[in-house]
Amino acid sequence: MGKLVALTGNIAVATAMRQINPDVCAAYPITPSTQVMEQFSEYVADGLVDTELIATESEHSAMSACIGAAAAGGRVMTATSSQGLALMWEMLYIAAGMRFPITLACVNRALSAPINIHGDHSDSMGARDSGWIQIYAENAQEAYDNQIQTVRIAEHMDVRLPVMSCMDGFITSHAIDSLELLDDKTVRDFAGEYKATHPLLDVEHPVTYGALDLQDYFMEHKRAQAEAMKNSRKVILDVAREYKKLSGRGFEYFEEYYMDDAEIAIVILSSAAGTVKVVVDAMRAKGEKVGLLRPRVFRPFPYNELSDALSNVKAVAIMDRADSHGAEGGPLFMEFKSALYNNKKQPIMINKIFGLGGRDLMLPDIETVYRELRDIKNTGKIRTVSEYITVRGEEAAYGKA
Amino acid sequence: MPKGLQKYLRLQAMPTPFCPGCGHGMLMTAILHAIDEAGLDINNMVFVSGIGCAGWIPSPHFNADTLHTTHGRPIAFATGVKLANPELKVVVISGDGDLASIGGNHLIHAARRDMPITVICANNSIYGMTGGQASSTTPIDAISKTTPSGNIERPFDLCRLVGASGAGYVARYSVVPLKPLIKSIITALNHNGFSFIDVLSPCPTYFGRMNKMKRPVDMFDDLKKRCKKIKKGEKSEEGVIPIGVFVE
Repeated sequence: MGKLVALTGNIAVATAMRQINPDVCAAYPITPSTQVMEQFSEYVADGLVDTELIATESEHSAMSACIGAAAAGGRVMTATSSQGLALMWEMLYIAAGMRFPITLACVNRALSAPINIHGDHSDSMGARDSGWIQIYAENAQEAYDNQIQTVRIAEHMDVRLPVMSCMDGFITSHAIDSLELLDDKTVRDFAGEYKATHPLLDVEHPVTYGALDLQDYFMEHKRAQAEAMKNSRKVILDVAREYKKLSGRGFEYFEEYYMDDAEIAIVILSSAAGTVKVVVDAMRAKGEKVGLLRPRVFRPFPYNELSDALSNVKAVAIMDRADSHGAEGGPLFMEFKSALYNNKKQPIMINKIFGLGGRDLMLPDIETVYRELRDIKNTGKIRTVSEYITVRGEEAAYGKA
Repeated sequence: MPKGLQKYLRLQAMPTPFCPGCGHGMLMTAILHAIDEAGLDINNMVFVSGIGCAGWIPSPHFNADTLHTTHGRPIAFATGVKLANPELKVVVISGDGDLASIGGNHLIHAARRDMPITVICANNSIYGMTGGQASSTTPIDAISKTTPSGNIERPFDLCRLVGASGAGYVARYSVVPLKPLIKSIITALNHNGFSFIDVLSPCPTYFGRMNKMKRPVDMFDDLKKRCKKIKKGEKSEEGVIPIGVFVE
């Protein structure tokens, strides 16, 4: 049993970073992730880490500096949110394309306009094709656990890709949660020492990163990157199992809550799953066969395992805290639809867009979704494939079947 | 806010979100006073702001057209506004973190191309909105959330930077006293070309409390004591903040 403490999600992540003791951190303040680097700069000032920390003039510069530091052979970390991640966009692809195992704590927040500082998944969902591995945490404990695992996944020789570890803005980042910490030595041993493979500044073996790569080899490099992402599936699993042995905690690709005999289910990411569990408990107490599936890993998308997990369910609501305007539904919905396409047994699937800009998802809202799923299960009829819930005005609904 | 200036405000958006002792409310008064005294029609003006406390000076408070943009980019947005409708008087009001740190490139390039807009930088030497981290104008040795043992990086002298980039009007004033600042804003608004004012506006909540100026009045006293007009070619003494018009 580790040490039980009360921390915000941000400070939990900063603590994991302190325990790992990276070589370089470059960051720019943005709500709600600011506290991660604020806390970490105290560790630097107090001499608790050996990290070179630079407060850059923008997130574009922060990720650029991270890439430079990684190219020079350093273990590199940063944190950001929302517009900060958006400003890093160009660099996210560079980090992945150059195969640098940078890790980023992404505190999920809505994207402007209009300006909103609260939690939704628009930022990281927009970055889903950037070549970064993406892992989502339900609470501060999982954010801490995931942060420790990111370095092992990113730095594995079969992977060498950047990893984004996500948690919900304010709900997880700022609320004080009780969690268990591992001791510093355990984390340090688990993280291990980083060995850069082809660093700059190795004068005996000069290297070139990011050079022009046209029709002749570009595609092979992109394929190699895609293979690395495929390889990460096994690595993520192995690392999660090893971490569980160490800590007694954690999930692999996803968490199943009463899924064994569930007839209807909700699929949801991050903190909202905690609220759904309360509803599941209440409905189970009344004998209703409801369940919850919470994906932890979104990139790579574990389509075989996730579609198997849903194959015995009759009706399922995929709930997205982000939208892809003009598509059939949110990004999570689309992933599940294509994942289940090849399955012989398929549940009826609907999509709910909820919680944009931090709007609360309350217990009765979730119960309404389960009731709709029950009707779908009984009648086989869908009213609406995808719609916004907990929103004003009928005109906000769309994608009516 | 004087009664006569209230017509320029969306009173339903009041009170402002500024902390007690923040200089931004005084700067807001100074800007509206200048518009009034210059006899400008606020309906022919557009106020563009970025992210940070200072972005809230015009938006949503001014009863005029306001464009609240992304962090660091209001000058680029304002350039677009001016090009699309040159008849409008375009004023950028934002902070040091926004205009000089993340958006520094737009500042020097708008000055270089002499874009006919007025830029008012509410300079509080810190990122206030995110809770007090060091910005590109934080003085050496100053304590901030990201420099708990003192800032080791040199700050920008924004007037020298913008002046060297080619601006036609460059000035610096603090929010105490208000009169010379108002006069400077009037000149800047009437200037035919790029005009820039670096306005020193205290942030007692973050900068003051972390730097031995616990009460808002301490910060105002400090500004009054250290801001001095310097004659051209004259070197300022240690600790003095040169104010006045540097380019005209």
